[in-house]
Amino acid sequence: MQGNGKQGQQALEGEQRWGAGVIPYAKMGYWEPDYQPQDSDILCAFRVTPQPGVPPEEAGAAVAGESSTATWTVVWTDRLTNYERYQAKCYRVDPVPGADNQYIAYIAYNLDLFEEGSIANLTASIIGNVFGFKALKALRLEDMRIPTHYLKTFPGPPHGIVMEREYLNKFGRPLLGATTKPKLGLSAKNYGRIVFEALKGGLDFTKDDENINSQPFMRWRDRFLYSIEGVNRAVEQTGEVKGHYMNVTAGTMEDMYERAEFAKSIGSIVVMLDLVVGYTAMTSMSKWARKNGVLLHLHRAGHGTYTRQKSHGVSFRVISKWCRMLGVDHIHAGTVVGKLEGDPSMIRGYYDTLRLDRIPTNPAEGIYFDQEWASMPGVMPVASGGIHAGQMHQLLHHLGEDVIMQFGGGTIGHPSGISAGAEANRIAVEGMIKARNEGRDFLEEGEQILKDVARTCPPLQVALDTWGDISFNYESTDTPDVIATPTS
Amino acid sequence: MRITQGTFSFLPDLTDDEIKAQIRYAIANGWALAVEYTDDPHPRNSYWEMWDLPMFDVVDASGVFLEVTRCREAFANHYVKVTAYDPSHCRQTTAFDLIVNRPAIEPGFRLDRQEVSDRQIRYTVHSYASEQPHGERYRSGSSQ
Repeated sequence: MQGNGKQGQQALEGEQRWGAGVIPYAKMGYWEPDYQPQDSDILCAFRVTPQPGVPPEEAGAAVAGESSTATWTVVWTDRLTNYERYQAKCYRVDPVPGADNQYIAYIAYNLDLFEEGSIANLTASIIGNVFGFKALKALRLEDMRIPTHYLKTFPGPPHGIVMEREYLNKFGRPLLGATTKPKLGLSAKNYGRIVFEALKGGLDFTKDDENINSQPFMRWRDRFLYSIEGVNRAVEQTGEVKGHYMNVTAGTMEDMYERAEFAKSIGSIVVMLDLVVGYTAMTSMSKWARKNGVLLHLHRAGHGTYTRQKSHGVSFRVISKWCRMLGVDHIHAGTVVGKLEGDPSMIRGYYDTLRLDRIPTNPAEGIYFDQEWASMPGVMPVASGGIHAGQMHQLLHHLGEDVIMQFGGGTIGHPSGISAGAEANRIAVEGMIKARNEGRDFLEEGEQILKDVARTCPPLQVALDTWGDISFNYESTDTPDVIATPTS
Repeated sequence: MRITQGTFSFLPDLTDDEIKAQIRYAIANGWALAVEYTDDPHPRNSYWEMWDLPMFDVVDASGVFLEVTRCREAFANHYVKVTAYDPSHCRQTTAFDLIVNRPAIEPGFRLDRQEVSDRQIRYTVHSYASEQPHGERYRSGSSQ
């Protein structure tokens, strides 16, 4: 609803506007239906659920106000500023189809409101106080349009997909990884054994889990030393470049730098962080990774607390955007078919956001704005959690080629051993890519393709026999409002 | 050992027809094709020797495959690969690469460890083949 003619929602002027007291946000100038967003504006789409009695324009204006200049009452000190410039403007409110009392509010923010290169500053405004605002029952940040003017103040991925592939000398297929299991409790020497076996068997990467930092059963330095031994043994036996994501997440920045420096000094090509360290810490490690030539892997630990519910929080596509801007080389972004939340079209939206240079508006994927990345390198999405070789055709169909598929249980849980599990995954991905390149309908013929490949690879046959019919079919909670209808 | 660089090294070696199918896929995508060879397959060897220039604007897989055949014949005891190159914006890198010839015997690598302080080790991956000068590696009948 472009609010032309909305009675009583126009901004007030003169004494009515500046007299002491409380007036609706819409009347303070935060609702501006005639506003034409500028190319340099930061645009946001919020899903707003107003409290009873709060009109949608007022709810949108309140979000604009509370995420920019406003406070609850009129302050004369606004008049010491060019306040109209600094006021965010809600310029459009659309009811959500099929939802009761939900609206998408579009809000424009002037570029001057944000510090260059600071996700912390951006988020302090956009998702700051406003998410607890009483006049709203719930609020969700669905998408943001980052203008090139602002994008160019961020470093982007330390290496990006192309540089990573050239460094690894691995092209034309998804990369493969595994998270060491059990997540907790292994000694450093046992841990390094799993790294060695999985990499020797055919994986490209192994990974620390998000909650493996430096616990009493295994301190970080010991883990790093045994893991790098495993990595180098596997390089020797395969003639391939391989790596283990060394988790440098720690309680302080100083500890993280110490661990990262040590990982670099022993020759690790990659370190990892958990999202819970925060945007500033991630940005600092991004700078470090660029400077030191070490790939940076990000585990999105904690994101489900605010990304999963459709009515409140922040969509993961926004988190993806921020992480591409501040700069990571890998980020966990969903599997579609695995054990963790993920609607196929929403995940396509995240993957597009991470990998493409230009992403057009596409409501069926939850994308509300055109986004230009101005040649900023892409981030390699990571698919991890409850996936196995028997799903290879579906994984390739949903996720494409520039992705790291991580089979933790699906490697380490193989009945014939860790190396056999790794080999099964590797030959499955190669066989599927080969069939795709040959022009076969790999999604339709996927099971047959895997069976054929398994004839030359007994470990794959064992994997198919063990997990072939395992799937996780639960309804997604975060789905698009609009469902794409096939046109053919 | 079997060096597992390249897009399809875990599968059985591709037949000539299968190689041609991959070349056709590259052509269909508008990618350039190139043939490279080496007797130094160290994982960090970024620069294999170029067998002539990359082939741009090719329309027929058989012309590319002819170059594969020539290179294989000239360097029967080397590693030979076909690479597809994607020059599009934000790619500008290899699209896939495919080892199409290997030496009869692949001696592989040795891991050298230099023990330094604080339990740290400096690792070096040593290629047995590189113990011989170029051109004298991987001779057929070698006991390696």
